[in-house]
Amino acid sequence: MSDSTIAAIATGTNNNGISIIRLSGDESISICDKIFKSVKNKKLTEFKSHTVHYGYIYDDDEKIDEVLVVLMKGPNSYTKEDVVEINCHGGFVVSYKILDLLIKMGARPAEPGEFTKRAFLNGRIDLSEAESVIDVINSQNDFALKNSMKQLSGYLFNIFDSIRKFLIHELAFIESALDDPEHFSTEGYPIKLREELIPHIGKIDKLIKSFNDGIILKEGIDTAIVGKPNAGKSSLLNLFVGYDRAIVTEIAGTTRDVLEEHINFDGLQLNITDTAGIRDTEDTIEKIGVNKSLECIENSNLILYVIDSSVPLDQNDEDIIKAVTDKKVIVLLNKSDLSQVVSEDDIKERLDCNVIPVSAKFNDGMEELKKLIREMFLSGDIKSNDEVFITNARQKDALVMAYDSLKNVIASIDDGMPEDFFSIDMMNAYDKLGLITGESVEDDLMEEIFKSFCVGK
Amino acid sequence: MKHIHEAYDICVVGAGHAGCEAALACARLGFNTVLFTISVDSIALMPCNPNIGGSSKGHLVREIDALGGEMGKNIDKTFIQSKMLNKSKGPAVHSLRAQADKLRYSTEMRRTLENTDNLTIRQAEVAEIVTDDDNNIIGVKTLSGAYYECKAAVLCTGTYLNARCLTGEMVVYTGPNGLQAANHLTDSLKAHNVEIFRFKTGTPARIDGRTIDYSKMEPQYGDERVVPFSFTTDPESVQKEQELCYLTYTNEKTHEIIRANLDRSPLYAGVIEGTGPRYCPSIEDKVVRFADKERHQIFIEPEGLDTNEMYVGGMSSSLPEDVQIDMYRTVPGLENAKIVKNAYAIEYDCINPNQLYSSLEFKNIHGLFSGGQFIGSSGYEEAGAQGLIAGINAARKLQGKEPLILKRSDAYIGVLIDDLVTKENHEPYRMMTSRAEYRLLLRQDNADLRLSEIGHEVGLISDERYEYVLNKKKLIADEIERLSTIVIGANKKAQEVLSKYDSTPLNTGTKMIELIRRPELNYDALAPLDPERPDLSDDVREQVNINIKYSGYIDRQFKQVEQFKKLEGKKLPVDFSYDKVYGLRKEAVQKLNNIKPLSIGQASRISGVSPADISVLLVYMEQNRNEFK
Repeated sequence: MSDSTIAAIATGTNNNGISIIRLSGDESISICDKIFKSVKNKKLTEFKSHTVHYGYIYDDDEKIDEVLVVLMKGPNSYTKEDVVEINCHGGFVVSYKILDLLIKMGARPAEPGEFTKRAFLNGRIDLSEAESVIDVINSQNDFALKNSMKQLSGYLFNIFDSIRKFLIHELAFIESALDDPEHFSTEGYPIKLREELIPHIGKIDKLIKSFNDGIILKEGIDTAIVGKPNAGKSSLLNLFVGYDRAIVTEIAGTTRDVLEEHINFDGLQLNITDTAGIRDTEDTIEKIGVNKSLECIENSNLILYVIDSSVPLDQNDEDIIKAVTDKKVIVLLNKSDLSQVVSEDDIKERLDCNVIPVSAKFNDGMEELKKLIREMFLSGDIKSNDEVFITNARQKDALVMAYDSLKNVIASIDDGMPEDFFSIDMMNAYDKLGLITGESVEDDLMEEIFKSFCVGK
Repeated sequence: MKHIHEAYDICVVGAGHAGCEAALACARLGFNTVLFTISVDSIALMPCNPNIGGSSKGHLVREIDALGGEMGKNIDKTFIQSKMLNKSKGPAVHSLRAQADKLRYSTEMRRTLENTDNLTIRQAEVAEIVTDDDNNIIGVKTLSGAYYECKAAVLCTGTYLNARCLTGEMVVYTGPNGLQAANHLTDSLKAHNVEIFRFKTGTPARIDGRTIDYSKMEPQYGDERVVPFSFTTDPESVQKEQELCYLTYTNEKTHEIIRANLDRSPLYAGVIEGTGPRYCPSIEDKVVRFADKERHQIFIEPEGLDTNEMYVGGMSSSLPEDVQIDMYRTVPGLENAKIVKNAYAIEYDCINPNQLYSSLEFKNIHGLFSGGQFIGSSGYEEAGAQGLIAGINAARKLQGKEPLILKRSDAYIGVLIDDLVTKENHEPYRMMTSRAEYRLLLRQDNADLRLSEIGHEVGLISDERYEYVLNKKKLIADEIERLSTIVIGANKKAQEVLSKYDSTPLNTGTKMIELIRRPELNYDALAPLDPERPDLSDDVREQVNINIKYSGYIDRQFKQVEQFKKLEGKKLPVDFSYDKVYGLRKEAVQKLNNIKPLSIGQASRISGVSPADISVLLVYMEQNRNEFK
């Protein structure tokens, strides 16, 4: 893996003021030297590590950009290899031009997460940090990014580490008492252990519960807009899209006829699905449209049910209501500016849901909707507190196993089992937490990591 | 000059607990074996405590027995008191301990050795090992110059190599019990690039029983119903009159005397260079280490039926004899005690066991195996276990078979050997329950069920005995299956039985196995509610009860074992050079090259190899799969 020097644009493809192109590997410096001319007219290889150099990138004789080059020699770099970062003036075209030049000079384009992979393999970061970095790479919005950064800082590590230290201390005591009962008495010990375990179990429980919030932050809320034709779904959708057009991305959905929109809705990402079939073929194949809607409903976390308040509820509505009964539903009572034949009470009689009168035309009800979605999906105010979220399914699994094990310890204590039984489950919890902090190794874990790193051939 | 020149298949050096098991295993597997001892009269000598078994050591004896070793049978013939320890705890830590008649233990073992075919006993000090140019063992030489050819050898020199005994300022250059030390073999080993450690251990005084006032002590009785160590011993044959042990305590006065004379203890005065066992501390160590304890337990135990000597358990010491006598006489009941034998510390040469493979064969000398205190352990049972494995593997080497390597999830023996050959060890290694990760599965009560198959495959367990075990397994499984279908109705009889054990009455029909799981109930207690119950032996009923009662815990432990086996199953070639693995830390490379682990699992237990190193290794293996097939 040290055989090649990798390069990538490190700042994403947005139109930023400054872009950074990063190189890592044995030949980072010599490759960069081939396209960089420092104003001091010296080669990068002649400079000391951790220095910044001003100069220009050239393609043969053509001056490409004015840049700052940061030199970090291994092992004192992120990957522990020689790292060079070229800070250029940004812009899609210029950054790619420089990257192309580097590749022409012998670098290889980095795979996703490859810098992190190298950092991990070279012992620069532990597993939980590596995973957090992958999350950073994959995170799609601000909250998720902040959360990933916090994991990176070792906040989670500290929580797990303190629980593990507690467990190993207690395990040592139990084992000592087994081997040297003369000097270690276990009288009254189970009660004491129970009391001390409870808060730790609470901490783990809280983190497990944070997983759903974490996932929502990272991956967004899968949202379906349903409603019978002409209820105003499309105009509402357009309204959402227009709400923050700057960060809207449009991706053709994987299912035919389905359009998926990713909308950053006040920091929360909504992955909105609208069935195209309903929109275009209202007269002839309504039945098919309803079927499509049912499918959408099944796969969504949130249903936005649009009802035209100016026309009475009909069989179509009854069908939809039946389908969304077990879901988190917000009914958008559209056309609230017109005279209403369907009231909030009519709906609440039939469905346990929140109802918001909206008007696509006048942009009414949007603030209320935003607030409601946040309340429904995030426990507490995300923006203002320091909560850390578990966003990684593997970490969550490990936590659930640790939680179950500690609950088993409590059950053993309550059943009056001898202390030597406690250690089976305490050891298990200790190991599982260690999987998260990278202090224990299990084969399955490595398989998982290989997957996310695309190692192997 | 003319010297004796003889040829054997296997030479075993030392006839202590390790050497006896090794020699018996080799001879029983059909190899012409010679067993060397410095004194034939000290075969299977118990130079320290007069008992076999105890916490976790009892497990080892049971496992030795299940694999076809001798220790369990020998103690069943010669015990004078027996007790199942830790009965108030879970079945994983129940442990059998028997007081031995030391002399008879030794005599019985000698009788067995002398009557084993293919086995020759020879009193001589082995001074040299002889190897060919390819580092194969080809023979041993005794001090007299006699040469014994062999194809494999097992070194079990115990505490005899360059031994010296210390009692205060007095130093004598002998092995234990005043026996001659072996002062030549160390040099030969060093010449073969074997790394030598220096360890120490100690033993308390023996006191004339007639000078002890037992009325000031608490008598300690054996169990009413004795359980034999060996699975082959008829339980009825061990129900006999038992001797008493006694419990007494040290006190502030004892501790004062010790503290005032610490400068005369060779250990604290820095005279002893060897490292002693933390887990078997001298009374000096205990007083220093547990400074806040007002007293320490002292067990007074008989050394045998034909002697008045009493062993003072818990009070080993290397203080000078004048301090010893003052110290012992502060203990209630020992006010007028007369010492027969002084307490002493013993220092001896042993090897760094990291030089051995898990088969107990030396990595750099082919065909040379070893076990016991010579490889850094302590205790008769630990020695016996390793001797048995070393003997079996010496024989298997000559048979051209794969070595027998027990996993940590198979047996305490597996834990013991894996710890010794893998981890850093700076003191005599003592087996403890806490060292076994999967102890709920590795119980002393199921050693036969766990290991008889292996013992049979090795050739030390007869077909007949193996079939008996298979049948036992079937009886257990059948009974558990039968019980799982039974539902007890909430009838009057059921409530009566439950109330007898203060168990909550039934509201509705309840599964029999649920009732067995109640802490206050067990399989036997529910017999009155189970008229169809077959007549089963004690040991089968015990297994049924444990397997039902603790099934949740047992299942969870099995899951842990599965996880463990995955990493054990990732094999590493012994000739693999770790220098080429990019990303391994220097320390890890050096340790891995040195230990030559057989699997990723073993690699992960090497001190100095971190989880990150293991991750790097796993990644490397993944990327270079062909190399690891």
